[in-house]
Amino acid sequence: MLILDLFEETYFAIRANKVRSGLTILGIVIGIGSVIAMISIGQGAAGSIQSSIESMGSNLITVMPGFQRSFSQVSSGRGSAQTLTMEDSESIAKEVPGVLAVAPEISRRYQVVVKGQNTNTQVVGTVSVYPSVKNVEMDLGSFISDQNVDSFSKVAVLGPTVRDDLFSENFNPVAQTVRINGINFKVIGVTKSKGGTGFGSQDDVIFIPITTAQKFLAGSDTVSTISVQAENSQIMASVQSGITNLLLRNHNISDPQLADFSTLSQQDILGAASSITKTMTILLAAIAGISLIVGGIGIMNMMMTTVTERTREIGLRKAIGARKIDINFQFLSESVMLTFTGGILGIILGWILALAISRFGSINTKVSFSSVVLAFSVCAAIGIGFGYWPAQKAAKLNPIEALRYE
Amino acid sequence: MIEVKNITKVYKKTNLENRVLKDISFSIDHGEFVAIIGPSGSGKSTLMHILGCLDVPTSGKYFFEGKDVSQLSDDELADIRKKKIGFVFQAFNLLPRTTVLRNAMLPLAYANIPRDGREEIARESLLSAGLEEKHFSHMANQLSGGEMQRVAIARALVNNPTVIFADEPTGNLDSKTGAVVMETFRKLNEQGRTIVLITHEKYIAENAKRKISLKDGEIIEDHANFRSI
Repeated sequence: MLILDLFEETYFAIRANKVRSGLTILGIVIGIGSVIAMISIGQGAAGSIQSSIESMGSNLITVMPGFQRSFSQVSSGRGSAQTLTMEDSESIAKEVPGVLAVAPEISRRYQVVVKGQNTNTQVVGTVSVYPSVKNVEMDLGSFISDQNVDSFSKVAVLGPTVRDDLFSENFNPVAQTVRINGINFKVIGVTKSKGGTGFGSQDDVIFIPITTAQKFLAGSDTVSTISVQAENSQIMASVQSGITNLLLRNHNISDPQLADFSTLSQQDILGAASSITKTMTILLAAIAGISLIVGGIGIMNMMMTTVTERTREIGLRKAIGARKIDINFQFLSESVMLTFTGGILGIILGWILALAISRFGSINTKVSFSSVVLAFSVCAAIGIGFGYWPAQKAAKLNPIEALRYE
Repeated sequence: MIEVKNITKVYKKTNLENRVLKDISFSIDHGEFVAIIGPSGSGKSTLMHILGCLDVPTSGKYFFEGKDVSQLSDDELADIRKKKIGFVFQAFNLLPRTTVLRNAMLPLAYANIPRDGREEIARESLLSAGLEEKHFSHMANQLSGGEMQRVAIARALVNNPTVIFADEPTGNLDSKTGAVVMETFRKLNEQGRTIVLITHEKYIAENAKRKISLKDGEIIEDHANFRSI
């Protein structure tokens, strides 16, 4: 039998039972549509999490103090030690190759007061390169300059949330005075909003020169975090190990297991986040996949009914010379055509759903080419898989018995 | 052309052996019009299934055009049926909701005849089966019984078979239409076609030139039908 004959036979057979074929196809449409929509939600979520992590700065390596171990072996927890100093920060900048910028910071929460209004917020002492390392942009005024740092200036840059809390929205607080822990600071700028990112808002913060913070607020010359920006993403790993080796040497520690600091690269965070979203996508797709299997069983059910109904026709086709494989292909091609039609409609439906979710929901969905390819191959597999048994059943019929079938 | 030698057919049901055909031998030549007649249960349908290559005998030899076909596989039998044999059934067995022309063309698809030539061949055989051209585009289920059987005859003719087997072709028709259908078979025989008719009605068998009577799986009579000649 020619391929074209096969298509013609299949077309006429499916058209002969429009309603039944349509309902069976609907099962596949819903299955494929939900798989496409679910994968698009998963990939959209992955994309938005990735972009919010990247908004914290690009090619970033964060160095934090390690455990503070007292003689009583009681650990006060990671990050509690005060082992990082300005010297560490300066030597990273000087000695580790591939480092673009280093921004040490010391942060602590203080009560901040302005004429009766007050709030408790994160006060970050840092240096002039901080905005470029951490992707901070200025809305009003300017950021802390090198001169401010060198001269222990009592100047402050407000995050937009702090500005809103202490003054009012859209107020220009430049040249106003705020009291942090009882010390007056002059406001020199306001940063642009970065939005909540789920890792603590980066808008609810006040920046002051690091030297001022160490001398007047903290009273020590340690730093709480050193943010290092690598030149590009390829050398992140070598920069990270360069920092680790340098600090181990500077701190006279021979065993890396006992390091009094830890480094965390942005890649690590991205990797963790993407593995979470990948798991979520697989979970969503698996749930949608169940409906696809149900659709496939619908196909098998219809094909079984069709084979039984058309037993006499199969008998006749065999009597006039159809081989087993002709009958087998005829019914297989019917189920494949049903699933393919359902698959194409399902992809369209899934796409529309994804667009609707982007438009009316909060998640920015993304239909990828690979999910369409996946859906199509699953369709073909279902068509062949669930059509195989009915087709085999038809091909194995005895022509004499089939012709007598009532 | 058709030669059977000592064929038997035994159906086994658990412990019961049912010998449907017992040691049957005969031969049919080109151009013959043979009626195989017998009451129900005489084994005539089983015999036709073996002659029509739908089934194989339990023992004995069956030579079709000199070739032993008694031990062939299902697919090899299918190839013989598709090239050499045409069937006409009591229940017509046309594809419903399908045009007359497509019904008649069906065997050509399995025989891998090029698509362009098929309609021409189907039209010719429909005409020689005595169907009027105005019915060609009708759906098979819209036709009368006599017309349906003529479509079935055309379908049997379309591959230009060596032999046509007609299994109770008038069983579902009234006597008048039945007579017209038998007339069609007689004409085809006059054109040189070999026809094997299976029936249980004597007056239908009268149309054939030779009668083989079966009873309980054995041939009890085999003689020329002088009235027909």
